[in-house]
Amino acid sequence: MTTTSQEVERAKQRSQVGQARLLGLVSRVRELGLLIVLLFIIFIVGIQVPRFLSIDNFEQILLSVAILAIVAVGETLVVLTRNVDLSVGSMVGVTAFVTAYFFKQLPNVNLLLGILLGCALGLVLGIINGLIVSFGRVPAIVATLGTLYVYRGLVFVTAANTTSQINASDVPTDYLALATTQIFGIPALILIAAVIAIIIGYFLHASHSGRQLYAVGSNPEAADMIGIRRNWLVFGAFAASGLLCGLAGVLWGARFATVDATNATGLELQVIAAVVVGGVNIFGGSGTILGAVLGAVVLGTLQNALNILNISQFWLQAIYGAAIIGAVVLDAFITRWLQRTILFRRKKA
Amino acid sequence: MKRLKSLLITWEGLLVLLLLISVVMGSVLSPFFMSGFNFYALTSNIMEIAIMALPMTLIIIAGEIDLSVASVLGLTSVVLGLLWERGYPMWFAIGVALLVGLVAGCLNGLLVTKLALPSLVVTIGTLALYRGLAYVVLGDQAVSNFPSSFTSLGFGTIPGTEIPWSGLILAILVLIFVVVLHFSRLGRQLYAIGNNKEAARFSGVNVSRVKLMLFILSSVIAALAGVIFTARFSSARPDNALGFELYVVTVVLLGGVNIFGGRGSLLGVMLAIFIVAVLQNALGLVNISGDIQSLTIGLLLILSVLGPNIARRIQVVITRWRLVAGSSKQV
Repeated sequence: MTTTSQEVERAKQRSQVGQARLLGLVSRVRELGLLIVLLFIIFIVGIQVPRFLSIDNFEQILLSVAILAIVAVGETLVVLTRNVDLSVGSMVGVTAFVTAYFFKQLPNVNLLLGILLGCALGLVLGIINGLIVSFGRVPAIVATLGTLYVYRGLVFVTAANTTSQINASDVPTDYLALATTQIFGIPALILIAAVIAIIIGYFLHASHSGRQLYAVGSNPEAADMIGIRRNWLVFGAFAASGLLCGLAGVLWGARFATVDATNATGLELQVIAAVVVGGVNIFGGSGTILGAVLGAVVLGTLQNALNILNISQFWLQAIYGAAIIGAVVLDAFITRWLQRTILFRRKKA
Repeated sequence: MKRLKSLLITWEGLLVLLLLISVVMGSVLSPFFMSGFNFYALTSNIMEIAIMALPMTLIIIAGEIDLSVASVLGLTSVVLGLLWERGYPMWFAIGVALLVGLVAGCLNGLLVTKLALPSLVVTIGTLALYRGLAYVVLGDQAVSNFPSSFTSLGFGTIPGTEIPWSGLILAILVLIFVVVLHFSRLGRQLYAIGNNKEAARFSGVNVSRVKLMLFILSSVIAALAGVIFTARFSSARPDNALGFELYVVTVVLLGGVNIFGGRGSLLGVMLAIFIVAVLQNALGLVNISGDIQSLTIGLLLILSVLGPNIARRIQVVITRWRLVAGSSKQV
């Protein structure tokens, strides 16, 4: 009697270990698959237009991806907790405009002060989102759909009270240099994005709170039961998303130099596309920063390829939409296949 | 007095009060507010949103959401415009536009029901996809040379009144939806699905089929709204009704429909539509731009869910406080 129950226990454990290993495997397969897709795009476009393969062009792609990647890293934190942040485009828009306006009004001010101001503003907006979602008990979709328009409205209010557009000539060159400086021959913008991705990636992988974030997303009730402070983690994820949007906004202003009230409109769709294409599960609880960044790179490469192949940019948004649908459908099939495999193994065991 | 108090405490009572306040505010802010023409402008401006809010109410009651409605509107508008420009007859163009809505709804519905994907993600994806296709179809062009027989659907009024023709369409739709939601088997099934999907399935409701139907209905109605929108502005552009999903979701939730499904009434939604219409109109009359109007609507959306949550918490605190006070008296 005892032996059989022990055997059952052992089999259970074995299947659980197997399940965990399979899940890990899937995320690896997913990232590898994305890499193959990326190489495939590069190969196909490269054959037709050799110019596409130049180092210069790759630098261009990474430059255009850098800001998207920073925002996507923040969005990943939110999506991991089984939430979504639709207000990222507006948060980037607000901080880009306000930072540029700040530099326009005070051209001699310390550069760092402006950067900190932008980041702090993003953090405040993120905190508002977090408060509404985790302590106001408003579903993230409703809360951030609301703040998407509230924050965008704030830019218009600010812009209407100031000049409606800020040009490159209005802001100090120090600020614009932020986007063009090179460190060891690599543009600073790319380095900043890479450093952020590595820090957050390591935090998710190794830190206590990082692992708890996954726990909250994969089973909120269970996370509550084992004493994880779910509300605070969700709050933290939204605040972090806001902070990263703030930084992205500062960089946005520096990169595009000319900002008006509509800048970064619709960015949320690109960001969500990057995140789900990168294999971050929209049901929460699984996905990596590496995946999200790869997703952003794939989308950026596609955009660049359209440009080089002289295909109308009007296709872009349809591609983002198709990418979101395609990625979630693929994930659904992978999950089904996974469940079937585990079931099959259990039967054998 | 007690009855009045309990009436006010219901959500619908609160909405009536809110509507009265916004009407008074509107007439104080602008002398043009209480004119017949303004009533016409006010009702025709909210028409598409009102029409799309009807199926959205049903979808949210069933525990799902459809964020792609505004994009379906944009897509059908450009399809209509393109076909008319290419010389097809108007009835044919309208037919194809409605068919596009049907296909769009099928895709939404099948992804949600067959693959068990969350409607939130699916419709964010199709929000981008359908709007993107609208840009692919027409680029940065616009079609505006529609025949007057078509545009009178948008501009014209029922003879002898200030009620726009599209108002008649809305009235008929409202009647149908009220009967379906509140007086039919299907309506009760929707509430059952929203309250407990599993229980609904075990009591013999074909959950998948009902949901598929809802998403198709939503997109077909959005296509109809696209036809009306195109007629009203006599213009088919890919960015038509950009961001209208905010307004549609707002009026439904402000109308007291529970975001988690299972609760809500069309009466509340109709009241909410009028509140948003009056608010938008009043802000427009005092020259506040559309983007800043969206800000107020966004606030309204958050408050319509946040408000009741906070009220409930305060109630809990008060009850606890009273209990504590009561027990200490006894001691």
